[in-house]
Amino acid sequence: MRRWLPFDLSRRGFLGAGILAAGGAALSARNAAGQATHDHSTMRAAQQASTAGHAAKQDHLTAHGAMMTVGEVDNARNGFDPTAMLTDWDTGEVTKRSDGRTVRTFEVTGEDKEIEIAPGVMFPAWTYNGRVPGPALRATEGDLLRIVFKNYGSHPHSMHFHGIHSARMDGVPGAGVIDPGEEFVYEFEAKPFGCHLYHCHALPLARHMHKGMYGLFVVDPDPARHPDMADVAKSRLLGTPENANWQEMAMVMNAFDTTFDGENEFYACNTVAHCYAKQPIKVDRNRPVRIYLVNVTEFDPINSFHLHANFFDYFDQGTTLTPTLKTVDLIMQCQAQRGILEFSFRDHEPGLYMFHAHQAEFTELGWVGMFDVVEAVS
Amino acid sequence: MNERVEHDRLRTAVPVSGRGPFSFLWLLLPLAVLGLAVWWLIATNPLASFGNGAPPVENITVERTILDHNGIGLLVRAGGSEPMKIAQVQVDAGYWHFEQEPSGPIARGDTAWIRIPFPWIVGEGHTVTFVTSTGATFEHAIPVAIATPVATTSTLVSQAILGAFVGILPVAVGLMFYPALRGAGPATMDFLLAMTIGLLGFLLVDTFEDAFEFAGGSAALFQGPTMVILAAVASFMLLTAFGRREGRPTGLALATYIAIGIGLHNLGEGLAIGAAFAAGAAGLGTFLVLGFTLHNITEGIGIAAPILKVRPPLWSFAGLTLLAGGPAVLGMWIGSLAYAPQWSALALAIGAGAILQVIIEVGAFLAGRHDKGAAGLLTLPVLSGIGIGVAFMYLTAMLVKI
Repeated sequence: MRRWLPFDLSRRGFLGAGILAAGGAALSARNAAGQATHDHSTMRAAQQASTAGHAAKQDHLTAHGAMMTVGEVDNARNGFDPTAMLTDWDTGEVTKRSDGRTVRTFEVTGEDKEIEIAPGVMFPAWTYNGRVPGPALRATEGDLLRIVFKNYGSHPHSMHFHGIHSARMDGVPGAGVIDPGEEFVYEFEAKPFGCHLYHCHALPLARHMHKGMYGLFVVDPDPARHPDMADVAKSRLLGTPENANWQEMAMVMNAFDTTFDGENEFYACNTVAHCYAKQPIKVDRNRPVRIYLVNVTEFDPINSFHLHANFFDYFDQGTTLTPTLKTVDLIMQCQAQRGILEFSFRDHEPGLYMFHAHQAEFTELGWVGMFDVVEAVS
Repeated sequence: MNERVEHDRLRTAVPVSGRGPFSFLWLLLPLAVLGLAVWWLIATNPLASFGNGAPPVENITVERTILDHNGIGLLVRAGGSEPMKIAQVQVDAGYWHFEQEPSGPIARGDTAWIRIPFPWIVGEGHTVTFVTSTGATFEHAIPVAIATPVATTSTLVSQAILGAFVGILPVAVGLMFYPALRGAGPATMDFLLAMTIGLLGFLLVDTFEDAFEFAGGSAALFQGPTMVILAAVASFMLLTAFGRREGRPTGLALATYIAIGIGLHNLGEGLAIGAAFAAGAAGLGTFLVLGFTLHNITEGIGIAAPILKVRPPLWSFAGLTLLAGGPAVLGMWIGSLAYAPQWSALALAIGAGAILQVIIEVGAFLAGRHDKGAAGLLTLPVLSGIGIGVAFMYLTAMLVKI
């Protein structure tokens, strides 16, 4: 069926169009050349009026203007808060084996849960521990890890860790994919150190990942194993005084296809579109910032992170203690690629500094946020 | 006579014995059964067993688009199985602030205004995407963004002038051939009446096509195509029944019906033109208007054909002109002030039914002029008249199509 709008090439469209032009001519008693001027001046006036209206409204809005989702997400109903997620590390339960080795045990459940990914927009997610992304698991190089996974969901699920482990612990079909109601314990040594991720590897893979079954898996370097760069290793190791000076954040770039057409309607960092634009992340200008960043955006080959008014050092995969890229303001990550960003606002004046994907489309669909740089974070 | 007797017997065969003082009980029984059925449906909710957790079916139709200095305004109609909530709005694949009036979920069949402070760009295209609370998306394209003209007294006057130009003027011009045609012989009369059928045949196809086009743009719950056909059939039957109260219409009565049919067609066209005003169509040129005017002159000749031999009073010519051409002005006003595709589809469908009625009546009139019945239609003047009527309308329609 053709469109009914008058812009298509139908008789009524051109009739109406002709009448517009003729109307101008009849009333202003101008000739055909005069009409063109008349029409153009009308358009220009309309455009100016439109721009003026926009500018007037901008005063009351944030740096991204009216280009923003409307309303607030109910974090309480979701059961998770993107701002709290930034620093919410799950370090598991630590015990010592008889031979003195550290054993770190995590409890993770698979659950079906409807979550609010943008104000008023519900998404039927599959989750780890009821949140998307799942808990940011953090261990120390050399730990013996025991991840107890219970599947309370409606589908078979698994936990596939990016790291080094045996084939039996791979979390793929036949090696740790379990049916609803079952339990599996993944056991392996935490290595190599770096910024990794885990995700469900049940089939179909894209659906299980896109539904929300992924999370950060960080292995901190053991300073004792890196004597030549012990200071850097200590600054990465959670719990040390050196590490306490850093403002560390967990960020998972993700997206949601709510219409199941293979294209995302919402992009975000830590699930909720525009969350850090509406609630800027407080940053102490006197302390360095370290971001553990992972890209799990489904359906798009790459995602990116761009920081305004600043440059950062980047550690691809986080498996080195020296930067793999120095002094850059933009990095891109393929799906499942991840790394560590380090930067400081020490020499900056306080204020709001934007960060976002530099695919403008992703930015406009929700993946944009602000650092609120202040003298001291209370 | 035998038939009459048969009828009487059938009539008495209808049982009347049930009409006692308690016969109304037979009315209550079916109503009571219906009431029980409704109670059962609500009380036991047998549909619950069909519930499989699937999200509700949602549908949104945009009925009006306003572009002004405040941004974009869209009148949307919800057609979901349950009240639906527009959670977010994208313009050109980016989320934008918007305000909904009235706010909250939109019930099935209800409308709401969505206003987006978007700095649209003159002459360029924009796409608005509605995201509902279930994550479903509905797209609305604005192919060419141009400020929506504001309806003021001066624009209404200019619309009236142009409505008269494309609606009233050509009909009047056509009717002015009346004196010249009065001396026409029987063959010429046949030709003119047949030409009327031809031009009406073109208008019938054209009107139906436009009606279905509008129907396609209206909300699903209006069942556009079905509505068009039912409205056309109903208007055809009503006008035929009304027209034949005192026998088959001829002369001035027939001319009046032709004028009504053409008038309803012109009302639909006027609605479309007015909607074009409201949506801000780009100006293209005066020759198109002239082409349409030329196209419509045939309508006046068609109206004149049945009254060539009856010499009606002079005022009736003015009346016929207004009846056939006036609705174009009315339609333009309505279309530019309050517009929705389903109303245009309905107006055009009624027009199509009216045109069909006139085709039938003119055909019957033409057949009745000779004693040969339908065979009298298969003559050279009649067949060539129909052919030339259609051909003239078709060729002049080319002037207004690009």
